[in-house]
Amino acid sequence: MKSNYEKFKSVCSILEKYSFDKSKLIPILQATQEEYKYLPQEVLTFISSALNISPANVYGVATFYSHFSLIPKGKHIIRVCDGTACHVKKSESIIEALRKKLNLNNSQTTTKDMLFTLETVSCLGTCGLSPAVVLDGKVYGQMTPSKAIALIDQIKE
Amino acid sequence: MEKYLMINGIKVFFDNEKNILEVIRKAKIELPTFCYHSELSTYGSCRLCMVEVESMGIIPACSTPPSSGMVINTNTEKIINLRKIVIELLLANHDRECTTCQKSQSCKLQTLARRLGIETVRFKNVVRKTDKDLSTYALVRQQDKCILCGDCVRFCDEIQSIGALGFVNRGSKSVVCPSFSKDLELSECVYCGQCSRVCPTGAVIPRSEVKEVWKALSDKNKKVIVAIAPAVRAAIGEVFGFTRENGTEAAGKIVTALKIMGFYKVFDVSFTADMTIVEEANEFLERIKEGNNIPLFTSCCPAWVKFVEQYYPEFIKNLSTCRSPQGMYGAIARRIMPNVLSVKKEDLVVVSVMPCTAKKYEARRRELANNGEIDIDYVITTQELAIMIEESGLRFQDLDAYAFDMPLGFKTGAGVIFGNSGGVTEAVLRNVASDITGGEYDESEQFSFVRGDDGIREAKINLLGRELKIAIVYGLKNARQILRELKTQKRKYDFVEVMACPGGCIGGAGQPVYNDLATRKNRTRILYENDKTLELHKPQDNPYVQKIYNDYLGSKPGSKKAHEYLHTHYTYKKRFKESVKISEKNSKGLEVNVCFGNHCMKKGSKEILKHIVDYVENKNYKDKVNIAASICLEKCFSAPNVKVADTTISHASNESVKEAIDKEIK
Amino acid sequence: MDIDLETITREFANSRKDIKKRIIVCAGTGCVANGSLDVFETLTSISKQIGVDIHIELKEEIKDTLISKSGCQGFCQHGPLLNILPQGILYTKVKASDVKEILEKSVLQDEIIERLCYHDKDKVCKGQEDIPFYTKQNRIILKQCGVVDPEDIREYIANNGYKAAKKACIDMTEKEICDELIKSGLRGRGGAGFPTGKKWDFTRVQNSAKKYVICNGDEGDPGAFMDRSVMEGNPHSIIEGLIITSKAIGADEGYIYVRTEYSLAVSRMQKAVKDARDIGILGKNIFGSDHSFILHVMEGAGAFVCGEETALIASIEGKRGMPSPKPPIPSQSGLWGNPTAINNVETLANVPIIINYGADNFKKNGTQNSAGTKIFAITGNVLNTGLIEVPFGTTLKHVIFDIAGGVPDEDGNLSEDNFKAVQIGGPSGGCLTKEHLDIVLDFDSLKTVGAMVGSGGFVVMSKHNCMVNVAKFFMQFTQSESCGKCVLCREGTLQMLLMLTDITEGRATVNTLSLLEELARAVAIGSLCGLGKTASNPVLSTLRYFKEEYDAHVKDKKCPAGECVKLLNYQITDKCIGCGLCATKCPVRAISGKLKERYKIDVPKCIKCGVCKDSCKFDAIVRS
Repeated sequence: MKSNYEKFKSVCSILEKYSFDKSKLIPILQATQEEYKYLPQEVLTFISSALNISPANVYGVATFYSHFSLIPKGKHIIRVCDGTACHVKKSESIIEALRKKLNLNNSQTTTKDMLFTLETVSCLGTCGLSPAVVLDGKVYGQMTPSKAIALIDQIKE
Repeated sequence: MEKYLMINGIKVFFDNEKNILEVIRKAKIELPTFCYHSELSTYGSCRLCMVEVESMGIIPACSTPPSSGMVINTNTEKIINLRKIVIELLLANHDRECTTCQKSQSCKLQTLARRLGIETVRFKNVVRKTDKDLSTYALVRQQDKCILCGDCVRFCDEIQSIGALGFVNRGSKSVVCPSFSKDLELSECVYCGQCSRVCPTGAVIPRSEVKEVWKALSDKNKKVIVAIAPAVRAAIGEVFGFTRENGTEAAGKIVTALKIMGFYKVFDVSFTADMTIVEEANEFLERIKEGNNIPLFTSCCPAWVKFVEQYYPEFIKNLSTCRSPQGMYGAIARRIMPNVLSVKKEDLVVVSVMPCTAKKYEARRRELANNGEIDIDYVITTQELAIMIEESGLRFQDLDAYAFDMPLGFKTGAGVIFGNSGGVTEAVLRNVASDITGGEYDESEQFSFVRGDDGIREAKINLLGRELKIAIVYGLKNARQILRELKTQKRKYDFVEVMACPGGCIGGAGQPVYNDLATRKNRTRILYENDKTLELHKPQDNPYVQKIYNDYLGSKPGSKKAHEYLHTHYTYKKRFKESVKISEKNSKGLEVNVCFGNHCMKKGSKEILKHIVDYVENKNYKDKVNIAASICLEKCFSAPNVKVADTTISHASNESVKEAIDKEIK
Repeated sequence: MDIDLETITREFANSRKDIKKRIIVCAGTGCVANGSLDVFETLTSISKQIGVDIHIELKEEIKDTLISKSGCQGFCQHGPLLNILPQGILYTKVKASDVKEILEKSVLQDEIIERLCYHDKDKVCKGQEDIPFYTKQNRIILKQCGVVDPEDIREYIANNGYKAAKKACIDMTEKEICDELIKSGLRGRGGAGFPTGKKWDFTRVQNSAKKYVICNGDEGDPGAFMDRSVMEGNPHSIIEGLIITSKAIGADEGYIYVRTEYSLAVSRMQKAVKDARDIGILGKNIFGSDHSFILHVMEGAGAFVCGEETALIASIEGKRGMPSPKPPIPSQSGLWGNPTAINNVETLANVPIIINYGADNFKKNGTQNSAGTKIFAITGNVLNTGLIEVPFGTTLKHVIFDIAGGVPDEDGNLSEDNFKAVQIGGPSGGCLTKEHLDIVLDFDSLKTVGAMVGSGGFVVMSKHNCMVNVAKFFMQFTQSESCGKCVLCREGTLQMLLMLTDITEGRATVNTLSLLEELARAVAIGSLCGLGKTASNPVLSTLRYFKEEYDAHVKDKKCPAGECVKLLNYQITDKCIGCGLCATKCPVRAISGKLKERYKIDVPKCIKCGVCKDSCKFDAIVRS
């Protein structure tokens, strides 16, 4: 884990790398999120000050794109593909099962113990493996509700 | 060859209109829109101005340029149904408590629902109830009334260059709000309130103080005095059906109405406007003489003042230290009037009627308070005054005119034209330069060259043996441009008048809601006409101003007493309050804040931070020191800045910070 | 800088002249997800032990076997794929544990391992030329995708790469390029099908010192991944297309906007741009001509609507990706107000081919108004999902039954009866039915029946798929991807979704259906951008062709396909012997009971996933 100082230093370097160019806001936010794993409010404020744009503007961009997160995510990130192919092959039942298992819902996507974040993505492009689940970057294909739950149990142990 | 469109079978000629919507409106067809404003960029979100164009199909009128010969139909069945669906969809996601909405009757959504004959809303109610944002004195925001047309967002950004409001989230989760969904008070809002002026619904409205005023009026022990601003008289008639040709200044009727309501004295802010000029002109001449803090910026617009305090602290010294006319009225009313009127100070309630929402904020500025006590108790807008008149059941149009109370009821034309962009400048010129031409001239027309419709106007005049350069600006984006160019020396002025609202105070957000330029121009006309009908035009000729100076303010402008009563000061208003945590732990130790504002960053705060982090590490101070990067410490001129405990070290160096930390720890 | 493509080609061929065998491991996203990188690693690590003299990257030493990765070969469902050249062997579903055997048998000797071959019914298919999935296609754009190493610019050059760009820069005028494109009849592959040449020509004639070209790689359509495959598999073809575009319109700067979810495509494009810049193909005075061009890769941030050109431009400018009204179109006023030509990935990949071989040659494929080939991503209930390329004018039937191998039922049996519908064009497209099977795929004919080519997503539905549910699925997608700017799309898609949800959950009335249709039409007419204008298509086309299915949901509260869970119930019948298997399989522990007694389902707990029914060996669980 990087220290707060290292993370902040990186944000400064990111801003320098993009020459404080406000049109580069999106890549700047992407790189910042790489550092913090989410976009803390005070860091967004810092970016808005450094780029000389209103914080409402930065906030607007950060909340528009689904790639950005303004709240910390769990240690493990589960992404269930809900693209057409996966949907047709019942990805919904996997989502439902995982939500019940982790006690999550549409608005609450991270478990209270900060262990898991459950997200859906609209197509990973791995339609041949449908339905697909990505756990911490690794794709698992031909999933079922019970297989998905087994994955969670494995981590919990 | 003349260019024309065929609109509903009628030939309509056009010229330079940028879209067919403008041409259609020229043809006297009120094509409905929410998101179209001629002052703002074309946004195209409300989908109401759809028209059917032959061989093009159904297209939005706002974003389609006219080309000659187009055959347009504005009312086919398809289009009518489309508009109805749009309104129904909006209503399904709208707080429909219209009867208790302040915007009722001037709400465009309500009007269109009626005009289009919406009888039921067939869609599911999906509105998410929200609490009102009551954090400021100026404005109230109510999210569940918002239809996301973006007018406020664009006005704030495109005309005012503030960007206090923005879109958040996307799709059906979209909302308009200040950054991080915080209260408006914590944003950069300067309270000009133009968002509420352009808002078609009641999602942003001026905050009403009507209830409080009624309460004061009904208190037998209180004497409530009131003063009305120049622009109010030019616009209130619109609420009661006086428009265009029959619209004249309605000050006399307002006085009558206020008297009937039970106000003890009714004064005129034009009086203190005269006074402001006398004082400000004196300040200007002194600055010119000494060559200090030139250009002089006017300071009567509180939104502009906050703008400077927030974004351009280096120009604070250029702001005239004179209070605004409202500020002077407050000081005199609160501190001199008890004596004049023989009323106990604590029994006096001071109210002002303003065309402006920022004036509500101004009245509560701590810089204007006297020993912590504010001068003005309540500020109501023109809109609120109209509501009070209606509430009283008065037939405003039939009221007789009545005269203002003395002494604060006498004014010259100079105090009246204050309500227009350029008015302050013209009044100052009447004060300092009217004698230079000599001979016969019309006092009310002598300096009319400073008038105009443009957002940035320039004027030159030979005075005091030199050529003085003047700029007259409205709209804060225009003001920002002027400030930037002053900074880079691209422009040079001696005097700059800035009003935040288009057209000046007559276009203020407290005025009855207007959507067309013609209404604003009409108000301007009314004020200049009023000036003409008055006996005096030069502020220094106002005998009551002279009398107040003689009796209470040390006899002349700029005196010590005058400074005590009529001047104020300004402070840098921080835009950001956040800091980024650098230390890992949250120890209760020494707070060290390294400023990472733009100036400090350029001057090497990164290196200083590195040094501090290393130093704390090496010295094993980790549990004793809390390091944070602050945005910002507000001392941009002495960058880089580091705050150790409560002391800010200016022009900080590695050594000076080290020393300070050592000292604090030992 | 003048670049001698011939010398690079010669040197490249020289460096490979001793290579006798080549093993290509597919490294497209699908195969990588299935473990193709493991296969690759194992290949390189154990080949020495086996005595295969391998050559991984081109170095001075000459070896006789080359192992390389390729982009997506399209046959994703059977990945990881492994090719052995020159024999043309194609192995499917290869695991790391198979590698040793492959090296020993098929590389050192020419033996074929039948187990790893694709089986067409009972026939063993040795290589691509035996597999109907490949033989019935016409792979032009995708031809190099599964062969060339996408990370080696020299291999691209050695395969005639950048010849077209050189020709365009040196031998052709701006107008000549546009004219050739117009003549070719190439239409944009991103969805709308606007003639590319016309777009360029309109941008060309704009009077502006600064112009931009943009490659739209923000492919967000769920179930479509052709652009991803081209970006991953043949990135230089896109760069070459962009160089030609920039020359044609007079632009000196460009952007490739890639969807952030496509991390592999992002890195491949970045590397390709860097390599092209290093070698001098991008930069000042390309090929010694007076044309200069620099190119940036920008990663999106997760917003489907950024596939809309004005939204994409806003996104590059660092703003919220909200579309703006047209006119002005980007050709007049695009990126930072400058004339801008935006083209889709697949469109650009066609450009070098047109310049190299001529418009007339290009037009040989396709139909009168839709020239060339089109890549489709076939998913859903077909035997072989994946990426295919066919000329415009191919029939639906040919694609579904001949190339994709037909529609299996739940037990895997193929029958034409299993086919119910196909959704073409993703969330913007429409559903077509059996009666449309003979329709040819091209821009115009699909429009007449309420569908569109769109980006080329092709989802096949069997009789077990509920069409209302399909419409709801797409509406959910567009609703959550709506930018929220215009009323009709923002509020309209939400209301349509609510109505569709009501229908699938048994709360709707007949009025719901008429209101749904009325609203769908209004949204289609009145929305600001393409996303909103086409959002209603899935609803309108299913209402048109599957009205009776809607009626069943509304009137009888039944889902004929058995997919709408709220209208279903699982019950354990007296066939239950009390083995308890279902209870252990149930992911939410909704089933309980005593061993050897009939088990029970706790209905409120049940999420209706159907796992119990699938696991029961005694058919004791029924769905009603």
